[in-house]
Amino acid sequence: MQTLRITLCAAAMTVAFAANAAEVEVLHWWTSGGEAKAAGELKKMLEAKGDKWKDFAVAGGAGENAMTALKTRVVSGNPPAAAQIKGPAIQEWGDEGVLTSLDDVAKADGWDKVLPGVVINTMKYKGHYVAAPVNVHRVNWLWVNPELLKKVGAKAPTTWDAFFKTAEALQKAGIQPVAYGGQPWQDATVFETVLLGVGGVDFYKKTLVNLDQGALKSATMVKVLETYKKIKPLTDKNSAGREWNLATSMVINGKAAMQFMGDWAKGEFLAAGKVPGKDFLCVAAPGTANAYTFNIDSFAMFKLSNKDAEKGQKDLASVLVSPQFQEIFNLNKGSIPVRLGADMSKFDECGKQSAKDFAADSKSGTLVPSFAHGMAVHSATQGAIYDVVSQFWNDDNMTAKAAAEKLAVAAKTM
Amino acid sequence: MSSPTQPAQYGFAERWLPRLVLAPSFLLTLIFIYGFITWNGYLSFTSSRLLPSFNWAGLTQYHALFALERWWVAVKNLFIFGGLFIGGAMAIGIALAILLDQKIRAEGALRTIYLYPMALSFIVTGTAWKWMLNPGLGLEKLMHDWGFTNFTFDWLVNSDMSIYTVVIAGLWQSSGFVMALFLAGLRGIDDSIIKAAQIDGASLPRIYWKIILPALRPVFFSTLMILSHIAIKSFDLVVALTGGGPGFASDVPATFMYAMAFTRGQMGLGAASATMMLMTVAAMVVPYLYSELRRSRNA
Repeated sequence: MQTLRITLCAAAMTVAFAANAAEVEVLHWWTSGGEAKAAGELKKMLEAKGDKWKDFAVAGGAGENAMTALKTRVVSGNPPAAAQIKGPAIQEWGDEGVLTSLDDVAKADGWDKVLPGVVINTMKYKGHYVAAPVNVHRVNWLWVNPELLKKVGAKAPTTWDAFFKTAEALQKAGIQPVAYGGQPWQDATVFETVLLGVGGVDFYKKTLVNLDQGALKSATMVKVLETYKKIKPLTDKNSAGREWNLATSMVINGKAAMQFMGDWAKGEFLAAGKVPGKDFLCVAAPGTANAYTFNIDSFAMFKLSNKDAEKGQKDLASVLVSPQFQEIFNLNKGSIPVRLGADMSKFDECGKQSAKDFAADSKSGTLVPSFAHGMAVHSATQGAIYDVVSQFWNDDNMTAKAAAEKLAVAAKTM
Repeated sequence: MSSPTQPAQYGFAERWLPRLVLAPSFLLTLIFIYGFITWNGYLSFTSSRLLPSFNWAGLTQYHALFALERWWVAVKNLFIFGGLFIGGAMAIGIALAILLDQKIRAEGALRTIYLYPMALSFIVTGTAWKWMLNPGLGLEKLMHDWGFTNFTFDWLVNSDMSIYTVVIAGLWQSSGFVMALFLAGLRGIDDSIIKAAQIDGASLPRIYWKIILPALRPVFFSTLMILSHIAIKSFDLVVALTGGGPGFASDVPATFMYAMAFTRGQMGLGAASATMMLMTVAAMVVPYLYSELRRSRNA
């Protein structure tokens, strides 16, 4: 109640400031180191086109706070020109009837030719482009501290059997095998990676994308859940509530050997002055070498009443997809360009590997949307499944079978 | 000294000035509290998702809410937290007040120490207790460092126990405040009654139990009101201390409402849970107000 009231007050107040326009106002949450630098580049490129950039950065909560701010702005009839929205959320905003079409920009810049099919589908609402993609993150990575593995004579594991064997050896040597952050989205990130590795691409699509009831309750799912839970003894007790970057720094500092995390973790390694391939390894998570869970950041564009601002909005869309911006942005962010056949010469080993796999998996159809990062299902369903996964992880009395039943119920949330 | 004609002029101002002064706040209260309560109630009957919409959906959101395990966990937690927090803060507060009332030395300093936690915000309390209760950082580590390696205290990361850590932090924060209320009440009791009881040969515990505490009935009621509204709207303490976790094990209705309405794009469901919270408060406050008002009318 209290919060609702405050939000509505804020909405009423923003109406008062609506008069000032003709600038491109961009809502984003790129506020940490490399990301902020990337946003700065975007501003420069846009200003080169003669548009004014108005920063609307809302930090924190993996975009949750930004979404709250965005809602109040849209409700008050004064949306920003563009906002960082991705995956099925683009469709949800499309349903609200507030997004504008970018078809003319897409046609002029030939988006149909340079973007992969799965990306195009995500960016369109009812056949029209409403959003511009900026990057591709791969989620199914395993980050490894090679020095610790060397101590027990192990290599980066490629199968789950090898993974648990290595972990056992590490534990015997007094090394914590897995760095883990116990927050719902991180629980879900590891869960989807295990599911992809144990169940395979088809099973992933059936369960986390199409929410097939039979598959969710199947024996394979029970096996996935059991494997997932087997990771828990490999982590430390203090993992509850830990931020992902703190878990990453445990791998960097040699306090833990491995971490399951998307490629934004690379930024932490690089910031600590570590060299990919030497000080740390990025390998596909066990059993997922021939699959790719993608997480694509994009900007959705809102209908504006001001014609001048519309021109800036179109320029912004064009800049976002341009090869120059894609390269400079992704070098800073740790992800890879979304354009097919982009020049990867300036990227590091992990980036090159990611781009190669992205192209290969795009051809073989083993590119799957990341469930944990809001690319696969609507936020309500995603949240309900998050709840079950976190509960299963934290509650040692819950059986895998019971959890599978609960997953099936949660998947019905509309 | 005023002339006899002036009171009539003052009368006009006297009659209208208070109303004029009160009008803005009255209007604001009407819109921003009652208006939005009504609007929230209406939203709970719609299919609102990301943004408010006006598609009538009847009781769908309430059906969905009551079928959701997370909601019942939140409700159960509210009862655990509310019961232990109100009961515990009262018990500790009264005990402290009675002990401080024994004409002891340095009472002023002690009173300030106990009352001081109230000056902190729940966010600060939550964060500090989070550090103290974290197994790898606080109490457990301290005990291990001192050589008690079998000592475990992992309530904060244990889904069955995490709600009790919220109770601990809440008690620490609010007991001193309850103490201050009761101490004021105790000081207000007429000494002669106690002296009379002592002459009659009543023991000290008996005096407290039979005479003093019953005389503090109004203090009990106001304390109960204050503590229960703190309990029902508790949000910041839970967010800072456990974040509703592990998983959603220490969720309370307020954090549930926030998650649904603002991060999950289920505004209708969030509105329904907010309405349920309002009903809970109303179920407690309305009978109390009714009885109080009736008593004052009869008096």
